[in-house]
Amino acid sequence: MDSPLQSGNIPPSTWTIALIGNPNTGKSSLFNALCGSNARVGNYAGVTVEHKTGRLQIPATANRSALGRIVEVVDLPGTYSLAARSADEAVSVEVLAGEMPGVAKPNAIVVILDSVHLERNLYLLSQVLELGLPTIIALNMWDRIVAEGVRISPDKLSESLGVPVVCTSAAKRVGIDALKLQILEVLDSLHSSNNSTSKALPLACPSTESLASASFPEPFRTQVDQLVDWFASQKIELHRFQIERLLIDDPKGHSFRVVSKSQAPVVEAKINEAREALKAQGLGIPLFETRARYAWIKQKTLGVVEREPKSLQTSTSDKIDRWLTHRWIGLLFFLALMFLIFQSITLVANWPMEGIEAAQGILGTWIESWIAPGPLRSLVVEGILAGVGGVVVFLPQIAILFLFIGILEDCGYMSRAAFMMDKFMASLGMSGKSFLPLMSSFACAIPGIMATRTIENRKDRMVTILIAPLMSCSARWPVYVLMVSAFVPATTWLNGWISLRGTVLFAMMSLGAVVAIPVAWILKRFVFPGEPSTFVMELSSYKWPSWRVVFARVWERVQAFVLRAGTLIFVTSVLVWAAAYFPGNHQTADSLTEKLETLQQDPETNSTEIDSLTSQINLEKSRLISESYLGRAGQAIEPIVRPLGWDGKIGIAVLASFPAREVIVATLGTIYALGSGVDESNEGLADQLRAATWSDGTQVFSLATACSIMVFFALCAQCASTLMTIRRETNSWRWPVFSFVYMTTLAYIGAWITFRILSAGSP
Amino acid sequence: MPCSLDELLEGQKAVIIEVIGADSLSARLLEMGLLPGETIEMIGSAPMGDPTEYMVFNYRISLRKPEAKRVLIERT
Repeated sequence: MDSPLQSGNIPPSTWTIALIGNPNTGKSSLFNALCGSNARVGNYAGVTVEHKTGRLQIPATANRSALGRIVEVVDLPGTYSLAARSADEAVSVEVLAGEMPGVAKPNAIVVILDSVHLERNLYLLSQVLELGLPTIIALNMWDRIVAEGVRISPDKLSESLGVPVVCTSAAKRVGIDALKLQILEVLDSLHSSNNSTSKALPLACPSTESLASASFPEPFRTQVDQLVDWFASQKIELHRFQIERLLIDDPKGHSFRVVSKSQAPVVEAKINEAREALKAQGLGIPLFETRARYAWIKQKTLGVVEREPKSLQTSTSDKIDRWLTHRWIGLLFFLALMFLIFQSITLVANWPMEGIEAAQGILGTWIESWIAPGPLRSLVVEGILAGVGGVVVFLPQIAILFLFIGILEDCGYMSRAAFMMDKFMASLGMSGKSFLPLMSSFACAIPGIMATRTIENRKDRMVTILIAPLMSCSARWPVYVLMVSAFVPATTWLNGWISLRGTVLFAMMSLGAVVAIPVAWILKRFVFPGEPSTFVMELSSYKWPSWRVVFARVWERVQAFVLRAGTLIFVTSVLVWAAAYFPGNHQTADSLTEKLETLQQDPETNSTEIDSLTSQINLEKSRLISESYLGRAGQAIEPIVRPLGWDGKIGIAVLASFPAREVIVATLGTIYALGSGVDESNEGLADQLRAATWSDGTQVFSLATACSIMVFFALCAQCASTLMTIRRETNSWRWPVFSFVYMTTLAYIGAWITFRILSAGSP
Repeated sequence: MPCSLDELLEGQKAVIIEVIGADSLSARLLEMGLLPGETIEMIGSAPMGDPTEYMVFNYRISLRKPEAKRVLIERT
């Protein structure tokens, strides 16, 4: 065999293979089986389509290792077709045609097919084959065909289609090595045919005559031939399949993504001309493709696939489904399940969250014992540790939520949940798939927004992302608890069964969701207008979830969360810390702190001194914060927050809580000279708030002020990590800015109305 | 007598005559296997009466009413 260098054909340093398949075919399982769990996840340039790559783990039994090169596996989004109707499909075609920036053109394609539903799955294969790349079929879920009464001869299938076929059960890790060896064999043969002079097609490439497009109507084929020449003359490099797509697909879809903006008008005119010519010959455009491809499938599977006539006895999956999608029982089960998930996120996550907070406290004390009081200690403990810790604390919630989502998706229930909630969500301008992300946003909007990835329709997804931060997340809870315990009377009715405090808390929890209804309606009406989305969705059979897939998903999400939102929140916390720390002479506070720490080594004897020092430090700290940039900003905004019934101190606290809303409890504590580190049940803070007065001696806080603060927190976008997540998920700064502006406006108006109404009631 | 798919009642079966229209929705329905000549069965509706679950091409699919209206069928 010639070495590649001698033949002058310098190979790329890696092979690239693409993995494509319908949704629900076990593609994630297969990807994990091929690459292990070290996948890299990102977005393709300019679109919100997930770009996942991994490295093929070459089995020890391989006697050839594709000439020692690395094999990169690109996992394409699950799709039923390559018609450029959605961004997912358009991106898949671009990657396969080698036109996606930053992604090498694949050397081969692995198409994963669900053996049980082979015929429908072959539709995608028939399109993939048109691209002319070496193709390997992974006939997945092979273990289930007997139970489903399907008989397939893999050898005959391979012969009939002209590509290698490997039977796999990816979830059980069966057939994986055989598939890997087949991939390596194809790549090897590709390598030798690159270096030989023979013009023979490499292994796994069916001839053009055997493709489904060979049976397209003659006028269409002639028209495409002419267009291929025309595109070549215009120096626009497009694959024949892409030109066919331009001609067949709805131009309102994504097919024109492949043409640059400057060329688009010319190309569009040319395509319209070709369409008119075809119409004149009596050929209606889109429908002959499906007809030709299904005819091709019928011909290729003749004598290869046999199905026993479905017996009257229904499968276990059918029986389960009868109950789980039952009109009432299904709905009850669904609500109970949501309740369980919601409870787990808020309750189970509590233990690890407390652990993280405790660890953070210990780490803080430890750092304090090493660094003397001063800017460095303050930056590390109050800036970085408090800020980053505030984010890391959400990790358990995210992990638990994605554990549930992973299980529900992998076992097939998720599509049923979407099915049951669709009517309700559609009336709000979304789809059934928006329900779970919104429900999870009651715990935390970040995993909720990340979970919107399961919504294919872009407009539905955008509306869901934009209203998710309105759901009352767990970080709002401390604010409500503090305000309610301080200012809402402990009145109860019906022998204590209904309490005013509980009712106010519940009202605050529901407020965001109630406001979200008109917001969603307006967004759908004016910001994302257009045809109603479709809900053509496969309800796949139930199966046991694969733990590997579920844990890989949890790991992926956790990793992405820590890396991306973590770096951004780090910067934000340092900035806010700096605004609250500078300018100001911290010498007095630092020396007092030093004195305090010396005294604390013997707390018993010095207790009175410690108390007086502590209050001295708190006074000094409150002076410093009011002199800081943040404090000055608070004074500047006092005229703005006055109509809401707030004073400048509340203004500062609210301003400082824009990066993370729960910060307000600690900030109010600092400002009201109690020192930070107070928590919501601290009666001292509640007392201090009640005692605060305006310059004329009247109370600052009243029930009206407290409610106005709560309403503001219920509606405001006070969470930098959420905004950063929106930025990442929408790939644009426009939407986080939009969310911030609309929610802050809504919060201000809501708080103003609340204050007006309540202060009018009680003079 | 031909009617549209949304008129099919729970447990009833029908043969698909054609998918009406030539837009991307019709193309999607055809791609998903709602082909002329195939048998389709109505499995049940969601709690609020819509969408509806059907069995076609050996798998289950959920369609909203406007989508089901696009499919012309003949009851068997």
